Amino acid sequence: MSKPKVGFFSFTSCEGCQLVVLSMADKLFDLLGAVEVVNFREASSYKGEDYDVAIVEGALSTVHEIEEIRAIRQQAKILIALGACAHIGGINCIRNFDNQFEIKKSVYGDKVANFDSILAQPIDAVVKVDYYSRGCPPNRDGEEFVEIVTAILQGKKPYIPNFPVCVQCKMKGNVCTFHKERPITCLGPVTRAGCSAHCPSYGNACIGCRGLVEEPNLNAHQETLSGAGLTVEESLKFYRMLNGMMEVGK
Amino acid sequence: MSKDININVHHVARVEGHGNIVIDVQSGELKKVELQIVESPRFFEAMLRGRRFPEAPQITSRICGICAVGHTTASLRALEDALGIEPSEQTLLLRKAVLEAEIMQSHVLHYYFLVAPDFFSVPSVIPLAASHPDVVKRALRMKKLADDIVTIIAGRHPHPISMVVDGFTHIPTEAQLRDALKQLKTMLSDDVPPTLDLFASLKFPAFERKTDYVALKHPDEYAYYDGIIHSTETGETRHRDYKNKVKEEVVLHSTAKQAKGPFRPYMVGALSRFNINSDQLMPAAKAAAQKLGLAAPNYNPYLISAAQVVESVHNIERMIYLIEELLRRGLKDETVERQTIAGWSAKLPPVKKCWGVGAVEVPRGVLFHEYRIDDDGLLSWANCVIPTGQNLANIEDDMRALVPTILDRPQEEITLLLEMLVRAYDPCISCSVHMLKVDFV
Repeated sequence: MSKPKVGFFSFTSCEGCQLVVLSMADKLFDLLGAVEVVNFREASSYKGEDYDVAIVEGALSTVHEIEEIRAIRQQAKILIALGACAHIGGINCIRNFDNQFEIKKSVYGDKVANFDSILAQPIDAVVKVDYYSRGCPPNRDGEEFVEIVTAILQGKKPYIPNFPVCVQCKMKGNVCTFHKERPITCLGPVTRAGCSAHCPSYGNACIGCRGLVEEPNLNAHQETLSGAGLTVEESLKFYRMLNGMMEVGK
Repeated sequence: MSKDININVHHVARVEGHGNIVIDVQSGELKKVELQIVESPRFFEAMLRGRRFPEAPQITSRICGICAVGHTTASLRALEDALGIEPSEQTLLLRKAVLEAEIMQSHVLHYYFLVAPDFFSVPSVIPLAASHPDVVKRALRMKKLADDIVTIIAGRHPHPISMVVDGFTHIPTEAQLRDALKQLKTMLSDDVPPTLDLFASLKFPAFERKTDYVALKHPDEYAYYDGIIHSTETGETRHRDYKNKVKEEVVLHSTAKQAKGPFRPYMVGALSRFNINSDQLMPAAKAAAQKLGLAAPNYNPYLISAAQVVESVHNIERMIYLIEELLRRGLKDETVERQTIAGWSAKLPPVKKCWGVGAVEVPRGVLFHEYRIDDDGLLSWANCVIPTGQNLANIEDDMRALVPTILDRPQEEITLLLEMLVRAYDPCISCSVHMLKVDFV
């Protein structure tokens, strides 16, 4: 593949994923040598529409965004979903389980009809996604993002782990969060690895930001969560922090 | 002179989030000035309702990828204000250091990556990487060190991991802090002087409009983490009474609510802080202000970027001070003796119905989080007031004052000056569109 043209696009999100890309420092210089960035609004006032690769962050949460992602998909030969909002809907889907009209009304009052907002959904709920760079945020030095972009440039398949975070957590020698003196419940047993178990290594719990592993053992995990004192309703809330979309067949 | 001008900048570039500038001048008369905010609504306050209180910092961190530590800090301070928790000295030093680091990374990102391209007449930092690699590498180095310091203390940037109610779930090693200290000192001696040379050589547009400047103020230090709300026009307000100073309203051209003072719009951010607290800056930052020709009070909003340069020098000096203080005291793992409360502790500590407010200075100005907690430890109500939301009305007032004075210039120049004005405020639009729950009058 000759030097591909890349466009960055941002939907409903904190835009932290683009910042992680900007923070890659040295690797960024290497990548800039291999691709041509034609659209990156957060970093550039130049707007080109001739991209081959679209890198998309954020969930879709307005009618307008759905129209935009369809147009982007038509133009792009390759579409990469960057970060948890684009991949699994992420934090935005928490509100999907509330009454949408009530939420909008509580914010905009009698002006509610003027504002466009629909249920939040990941990119692949609307268009096909070719690659996922997972995480909230994508792992810090951008290893997986670089892995994906490199694989595309070399025409190879990127390596993305398909085993749970627990595997990497054990390899790091962490004490299991469920077995600490004051236990913290954790989504590590069902979440896809690739983050080096970063959150448990910093003394906190995995909150499932990389989405679920293929065929997760949800029943066993529910038993563990119950054993740690969570009700079924609380367990669901825990999952729904970032993975609300899994319940509607993702 | 009578002239028709119609400016419509769709999605202002090099700002965080989606915003449009709309100016309509008919026969030399200014008919319409709008900074339209078209970011998608986020509804964070609704997301928080019914969640366990220790989740609030983790969820609200995701309001913003640039000031994630700022949101986490404001969230923790609101929870601790409600629960009557006073964190340890070590926790305060670590939190202050990580907040200084985030403010520095945000400022560096803004003045080097988002503002500087205007002065080099290039669309972005990417062509600068080819034409001025030393400048871009310096910027990346400064940003990376700030990111690294957030990482060793809080786990990563954005979205810190170890910052929880009443402490940290993970403590950096002394070796990590000593290494950071060494790099900070090198940065102060090697990277700060050329940064100051560069920004002292830039000619910022001349424009002045005095407004109400608002920032936290603290007797002991240049206030970021803690302080009383200070306004140059209306005096002081306690943090729990912030609604006396901040009133939000829905305007139809913005999905972000605009917050205004009781009398008129006001400015928050680096220039406000500088105007109110500049006598508390560290020595090299004071010298930097002198070199950039910045003296308080200053009424030129384009110089917000210059105030950010000054603050970033202050941030480096403060991190050096805070880390030296941490090393002098010796770090200890306090998770054993204190009931640090991580997001998904299996059992919540007993809680009585309570409410609290956290007011913290973040890169773009003062940020408020307010929560109500029920007897079962669940959040029943939340409100977040974002700096950019507070600045939006003030930016429109600036545009109203500026446009009539530049009507004789070519439309491209007017457009650029307006874009530069909006960029100077460093608006964080995805942040401001987090959707506020307020009572309508």
